[in-house]
Amino acid sequence: MILGLSHNAQWVLLSTLILGTAAGIIGCFAYWKRQSLMSDALSHAALPGVICGFAILGVKNLPVMIAGAAASALFGALLIHWIRSSSRVKEDAAMGIILSVFFGLGVMLLTFVNRMAGASQSGLDSFIFGQAASMVSKDVWLMAGLALLVLFISMIAFKEWKLFLFDAAFAKGLGLSSRWMNSLYMFSLVLVIVIGIQAVGVILMAALLITPAVSARYWTNSFKGMMILSALFGGGAGVIGTLLSAYGKGWPTGPFIVIAAASLFVVSLALGVRKGLLVMGIQQYRQRKLLNKPSVHQRGALERGNSA
Amino acid sequence: MLPVLSVDGLSASYRKNKVLDDVVFDVSPGTMTSIVGPNGAGKSTLLKTILELHPRLAGKISFFGSSYQKVKSRIGYVPQRGSVDWDFPTNALDVVLMGLYGKIGWLKWPKRSHREKALEALAEMGMADYASRQISQLSGGQQQRVFLARALVMDADLYFLDEPLAGVDAATERAIMATLNLLKSRGRTVLVVHHDLQTVEDYFDHVLLLNRTVIAHGPTEKTFTESNIYRTYGGTLRWKGAKSG
Repeated sequence: MILGLSHNAQWVLLSTLILGTAAGIIGCFAYWKRQSLMSDALSHAALPGVICGFAILGVKNLPVMIAGAAASALFGALLIHWIRSSSRVKEDAAMGIILSVFFGLGVMLLTFVNRMAGASQSGLDSFIFGQAASMVSKDVWLMAGLALLVLFISMIAFKEWKLFLFDAAFAKGLGLSSRWMNSLYMFSLVLVIVIGIQAVGVILMAALLITPAVSARYWTNSFKGMMILSALFGGGAGVIGTLLSAYGKGWPTGPFIVIAAASLFVVSLALGVRKGLLVMGIQQYRQRKLLNKPSVHQRGALERGNSA
Repeated sequence: MLPVLSVDGLSASYRKNKVLDDVVFDVSPGTMTSIVGPNGAGKSTLLKTILELHPRLAGKISFFGSSYQKVKSRIGYVPQRGSVDWDFPTNALDVVLMGLYGKIGWLKWPKRSHREKALEALAEMGMADYASRQISQLSGGQQQRVFLARALVMDADLYFLDEPLAGVDAATERAIMATLNLLKSRGRTVLVVHHDLQTVEDYFDHVLLLNRTVIAHGPTEKTFTESNIYRTYGGTLRWKGAKSG
């Protein structure tokens, strides 16, 4: 046993570690596609699918609910794309519409389904704020499998991701299909979201995608470094948050994971070696000091003034 | 001789505005053509449509007598500098290396020989000392040189450049023009979207005057006349530089 945790808690810990790692990496992609908010819209859009997945079988079955979540998130993504391309509505507004409408629909369905026999005990509510403790080893295996798939996709095509995220038009000229890469990106993003919603919840899932990537940017100037650090931050936040939430009975995991990720961000913002506030402050201070020292020219003028 | 690029009846639009209308022209091998026209004339759209980055409404385009998909690897494209995010965490050498990704092969890692090639191209642009410099810390002119080095390393037969001389200093302009002339001397064909009418005659042997459609196209000394320029810019411009014709 690790840290006196129960057998089940160890499984949960493993699952949030894997989840955080995958989210950290895909979060980097979203960050450079300037689509951090897209992850928020898609995770909210997953809720109706989760509830439908439950309603169809009448029992909690994670694979079915994950499939439902993926279907509804992808449908949300399609709608966002459709609104943007067929009307004058800009992408941020489209995301705002889909996010709130799908989440509202999800909560509405939840209210109905909760009246069904046995539903109130199924822990459906936990999909909103995340309840990692409700996971069993079977769930963890499924999550781990899907997360490893995402990690594999991002690592094997590292060079291609980098090219696509930096300059998609040039990539297309080299024969790297933008449509293909966009689909792969959307697929990975939705995969990470759906495996995360049980542990972190639909409301807070986006934070686990966005925060580690932003934090990593403060420490490194290489894309590879950013991906590795972001994976570490995400995994770390998952573990720390799970451990903290394990202290209380029935505490939701999501908020603790998000607070852990946010703490890592604050540390990065202050101390990050590339763009951190402290480093920038020191650099500015040094520059100003150099400025205050009189130059040779000024000194010469001063001495002439004194002798006159 | 077979034209390197043949455009026939090309039309393209943004939503309901037709930007290009029945564009027809051929480009002969080994020439250096400037594409000139007022803002909104469709210069960048022309390049993007030719390179299938923007959908075309109508028209035929052939490269070396073949389709774009078949000869992609022989075509180099230098987009406008502002088309990418220079804050992206990578260095100059890495960006140049991207020009070799097609040759390296998908899902494979670059080898030492590829890095050396990329370094050579950087050196050719006078940027050897900046290989490991973050791209965000390069000046506008240096960024443009990195873009050009990335195109050089592709070793293409036909190059498209979108405003490579926009907002660069005199030294960078000289370096870029020297490189383009070098390409030309090696028998490569170069098409450049250009905005500075003052330098058209000095820099380019061919000119294509564009305003939604081709107003005039041919050797610079014959085509770059006051009346043609007047027709392209619609009288918004007083031009004393060109020969009257």
